[in-house]
Amino acid sequence: MTVLDVEDLRVDIRTRTGALPIVRGVSFTLARGTTLGLVGESGSGKSMTALAIMRLLPKAAAISGAIRLHGEDLLQADEARMCRIRGDRIAMVFQEPMTALNPLHRIGDQIAETLILHRDMPRRAALDEAAGLLDRVGIREARARLSAYPHQLSGGQRQRVMIAMALACRPDVLIADEPTSALDVTVQAQVIDLLRGLVDEFGMALVLISHDLGVIGRLADRVMVMYGGAIMEQGSTRAVFTTRAHPYTQGLFAALPGRGARKGRRLAAIPGTVSTPDALPRGCPFHGRCPRGQDVCRDNAPPVVEIGGSRAACFFPGP
Amino acid sequence: MKTPAVSVVVRHPALAAGAAITLLLAMVALVSLVWTPHPYTDMNIAMRLQPPSARHWLGTDQFGRDILSMLMAGSRNSFAVGFVAVGIGLGIGVALGTTAAVRGGIVDDAVMRLADFTFAFPAVLSAIMITAWLGPGAVNAIIAIGIFNIPVFARLSRGSALQVLSRDFILAARAAGKGMARITLEHVLPNIAGILVVQATIQFALAILAEAGLAYLGLGTQPPNPSWGRMLNEAQTFMHRSPWLAIFPGAAIALAVFGFNLLGDGLRDLIDPRLRRARS
Repeated sequence: MTVLDVEDLRVDIRTRTGALPIVRGVSFTLARGTTLGLVGESGSGKSMTALAIMRLLPKAAAISGAIRLHGEDLLQADEARMCRIRGDRIAMVFQEPMTALNPLHRIGDQIAETLILHRDMPRRAALDEAAGLLDRVGIREARARLSAYPHQLSGGQRQRVMIAMALACRPDVLIADEPTSALDVTVQAQVIDLLRGLVDEFGMALVLISHDLGVIGRLADRVMVMYGGAIMEQGSTRAVFTTRAHPYTQGLFAALPGRGARKGRRLAAIPGTVSTPDALPRGCPFHGRCPRGQDVCRDNAPPVVEIGGSRAACFFPGP
Repeated sequence: MKTPAVSVVVRHPALAAGAAITLLLAMVALVSLVWTPHPYTDMNIAMRLQPPSARHWLGTDQFGRDILSMLMAGSRNSFAVGFVAVGIGLGIGVALGTTAAVRGGIVDDAVMRLADFTFAFPAVLSAIMITAWLGPGAVNAIIAIGIFNIPVFARLSRGSALQVLSRDFILAARAAGKGMARITLEHVLPNIAGILVVQATIQFALAILAEAGLAYLGLGTQPPNPSWGRMLNEAQTFMHRSPWLAIFPGAAIALAVFGFNLLGDGLRDLIDPRLRRARS
């Protein structure tokens, strides 16, 4: 069952010198109980896609296309409607657990607030529910922890609190923007396991944003590789990870310190840096850093080609 | 183990001194409501211009009124002016400033240009203009002082609110479905409250000073209500013969301003030690 259907999503930031495209034609659908991994470097448009779905982009952003939640186009919804949807039907977990909680409020109240806001729950019942949620996300002595302030918790605990807040209303869609990037490696694994368990248990659809292919590989059913605001390759995680049809996907994997990496050998880096939106070529955004790049890539939008179950936007795809 | 109160005195002596002075003045003001050594309006020509004595600790004025009693009653006036004028500035200024920060765009520009415009007039001069327009009197003086407090708080709350609004937990609150009005009340205001309290304390001192200035010019509190500023005014004629008429009200004003400034600076250091360097 399709929960979220994003069609030809485009985001332009209006500036004095013209509109800068930061998301360029992103389309995907997301079913109940499945996880979509959004992968790419910083500046590839992953977070902007997420904020566009939440309708939380800055005022200077112009957004077009369609974002349908159970068939309702969120781009047509007014702010009051979005306030009811945010936190209730679509929730979000942020990268920095250290700063995403208000330092002045007790964590129990911060979780309960969402329930009071959307479910009209009495405070006492909301706090009971909050304790249950904290327990579910693996905080020990949850009831006592309700009255803790954010600074009294570790980074991993805070991220669990953030997840509990996001889960409070049992949303249909959870967007997790780099949920493990700020955490220790051991804590990362715990949070990944927690998210996987929650997707199965609640039947949520999860949009997982990460630059970490390992995290994506462990959680995502489908993967979308983004670069320069556009989709470079997408398909099932298995297909994308084994085929690696797009040169950019291959670059990402080559840069991974995997089992094949040997001591003393340099990791392969993708040359250059992510182009800024005002310097993108008219054709493929990856042109200029791509080892296979030709003149045709610079001026023409690449075709989408399916190879081994993975769909790559490239003139010269293939392993 | 030191008790918290002791450790505050040791680590923040300025704060402790400021708090002690303001508390003392507040108590004097409260006591004056029920007791003064003499009724402060009682005139006694036989006892006019007496130097300090056992009967009149701080002497008497040209009408034989007890200076200490007048000073005590005058402190009520100073506190009332401080509270109401700062209240006006806080209430309106913070509402304007946070609205400007949250709404941005034209609203922001309009509020800030208005603040710039108000700031272009020296505070006391604008207070004189306003009282000249509304007519002299305690209430008009308070309104005038309150009005020049508005841009101070508007600017401060706008700047601080913008800083808070850029923090992650604001985005997280929006993602949880809270509207901007709610976010302003629940997340922005509590996070800028500390800095507003500090500024309010300092504006309190300035308000007392401004009221004394207006009263000195005859634009503030009218007789027979006692006011430190007007006592200074009346002392002028007799200053060479009876200097205590000017010295004691002057000292009272200086002490109040000093106390509130110490308290404000101390609170600032207590709330955010990093601001110490930014102090202007």
